[in-house]
Amino acid sequence: MTQDESEFHAVNPARLTGAEILWATLLGEGVTEVFGYPGGAILPAYDALRKFPIRHILVRHEQGAAHMADGYARASGKVGVAIATSGPGATNLVTGIATAMMDSIPMVCITGQVSGKVLGTDAFQEIDITGITLPVTKHNFLVSRAEEIAPAIRAAFQIAQSGRPGPVLVDITKDAQQASAIFDFAAAQPRAYTPHPMLHCTNQRLHEAAELIRSAQRPVLLAGHGILQARAGEQVRSLAERMQIPVGMTLLGLGTFPASHPLNMGMMGMHGESWVNHAIQEADLLIACGMRFDDRVIGTPATYAPKAKKIHIEIDPAEINKNIPVDIALVGDLRDVLEQLLPLLPGRDGSAWLRSIEESKGTAAVRDIRNLPDSGHLYAAHVMHDLWRITEGRAIVATDVGQHQMWEAQYYHHDHPRTLITSGGLGTMGFALPAGIGAKVARPDQEVWVIAGDGGFQMTAAELATIKQEKLKINIAIINNGYLGMVRQWQEFFYERNYESTPLVSPDFVKLADAHGIAGAAVRTRAELEQTVQRAREHDGAFLINFLVEQEDSVYPMIPAGSALHEMIRRPDQNPLIETPQDQ
Amino acid sequence: MLHTFVAYVEDKPGVLTRVASLFRRLNINIISLTVGRSERTGYSRMTIVADASDQAGHRIRASLYKLEDVAEVDDISGVSAVTRELALIKVAANVENRSGVFELAEVFRARIVDLAPESLMIEITGVESKIEGLIQVLNEKENRVLEVCRSGKMTMRRGHHTSRVLRAMGVASEPPAANDAYKGDESQAIHLE
Repeated sequence: MTQDESEFHAVNPARLTGAEILWATLLGEGVTEVFGYPGGAILPAYDALRKFPIRHILVRHEQGAAHMADGYARASGKVGVAIATSGPGATNLVTGIATAMMDSIPMVCITGQVSGKVLGTDAFQEIDITGITLPVTKHNFLVSRAEEIAPAIRAAFQIAQSGRPGPVLVDITKDAQQASAIFDFAAAQPRAYTPHPMLHCTNQRLHEAAELIRSAQRPVLLAGHGILQARAGEQVRSLAERMQIPVGMTLLGLGTFPASHPLNMGMMGMHGESWVNHAIQEADLLIACGMRFDDRVIGTPATYAPKAKKIHIEIDPAEINKNIPVDIALVGDLRDVLEQLLPLLPGRDGSAWLRSIEESKGTAAVRDIRNLPDSGHLYAAHVMHDLWRITEGRAIVATDVGQHQMWEAQYYHHDHPRTLITSGGLGTMGFALPAGIGAKVARPDQEVWVIAGDGGFQMTAAELATIKQEKLKINIAIINNGYLGMVRQWQEFFYERNYESTPLVSPDFVKLADAHGIAGAAVRTRAELEQTVQRAREHDGAFLINFLVEQEDSVYPMIPAGSALHEMIRRPDQNPLIETPQDQ
Repeated sequence: MLHTFVAYVEDKPGVLTRVASLFRRLNINIISLTVGRSERTGYSRMTIVADASDQAGHRIRASLYKLEDVAEVDDISGVSAVTRELALIKVAANVENRSGVFELAEVFRARIVDLAPESLMIEITGVESKIEGLIQVLNEKENRVLEVCRSGKMTMRRGHHTSRVLRAMGVASEPPAANDAYKGDESQAIHLE
């Protein structure tokens, strides 16, 4: 391997084929793993792969490759790389690319393309993938000459990671991979990154913001994904602690501010804690840190936080005043802005406001269900809670989308960043399994749990074979309620229980795992839960647990789409999961 | 309202699609779009006129800047600027009735650039209303307008130097000048108060 490395060492200009340049450039960018699927137009690249110390994880569907690269990036903070051939290989990436785009994940996708001489002739497996991915990438490149490969790949890495991160696609024609050119890694360096020209954080604005924070009686800090992207966790914590500001989390913000911190109120929004939403509606100041006032968070703009002044700290100027008009926008890198803001904030006594939030919890306060008597029913909430307890909140959890995703967010308390991997913006079913694989490849020493519903799991279940082939120790929890649960819940609440097309017949997931050479077990009662989870954790190799949970349970509280944050649907009283303070 | 943007974009394949696609994605109709080479090597200059809500200007400009191929964007809606459009108008006219068209062209300071037995071609530059005025009076006479080709609007700020031009002149290198430049752009700065 060392010989190979020296042969293609990044600093030595040498004549290489385009395919070799591709790998050498990736190596130079620090890539050690890629997720991909070969095919005709990318074959020259695959032919050259053996010369490079890069691990290739063969997926079962290109969507899986994109989600794996995405999960890899979310778990590690590095750029994830997915590779596919032209035509259907490239189009299969699209959902994964869009998922990464919506959540601002740094990712580079490489696709093969038909040779330059037949480009535009509807050649076999030709597709205009740069055209298709234009709205779902931060940028993309069509490369038709070997000389352009290294500069394009290097630019892609810079674009993917800089500013507000996002996915970049590089489409490389087959003849460009086959041709040769002088490879000079250093010379291929892109021009220096220039920040968005509309970043705007003047001293005057900082002082105005500081004054608002100092004089606020009922401030709330909204913690979003940007805290992770800007590595500003410490600064946000300083701000909250020094000024005694309670913190509400977005879904993608979970983990950026410790769940166990006394100032952490929990998740906001559609399925957020009632007291968090209540605090937002009562607040006289919102400090939004690296979040974008998504519609799942604000309910409806007209009724959102009507009493609050709003400070928006955000790196993307296009997000300012997009959904919610704000009073002060500090447009820049969150960490930089907070570093400048903190010296202006000496401290404050926030106890009255914190006390009133505590009181507002009332009977809704406690989600902790550990003291509930075992009624023989298994609820998804039990699974999430017990998983959190058994793993001591330390596992990386990759979720799918739907009810189980919200229950995970409510009951699995994330104290550490990069431990929740979930598709927030696009809400992509089928995300969990491949994203969990990506996370495990990125952080092999970490315990990884994939949590998926019975519906979403089947969308990308073929990646079980990838787990087997790559010998990955991944634990899989299927929250099996026999329905497309979240859709069923909407049908229950808003469509008069017309359960059209949501009951779901699934394969025996344990047998399915077995067919892939993966161990598994079914859990029907809470009594079996802990023992089975421990068995999974201790098992040498991947393990799948099929949790057969209560079929028609719903996620509470819920704010119907388009309603105000205080107009929430609460859990009905007769439900055994009614939360009372005594549960504490 | 109508928003007018001037953008410097890299002179590469696909850039026009990226810019146009941004407006499409925001569900904003482009009224006119002109592209041509600029004073900067490797960069084209676009004048984009779009119909969008009053508040949309900031977001459009910010989103344009997020495109990798866009170097500079100026929102010149409502600022002092010179706007011109070029039109070529082909009119049915023969030896009997063409003198009337000549007179009209004279009044509108337009030029006759082609003369055929049954038609002639008028070239006119000016603001939109002037061009529309000429087309209207041409239609009022017996001369039929056969074809109209309009360039779309081209716009340039009056007396304003973009920060890049200032930099090239060595003026805006110090921070105060850069701040001034931002103040000069106050119309597009983030207005929150």
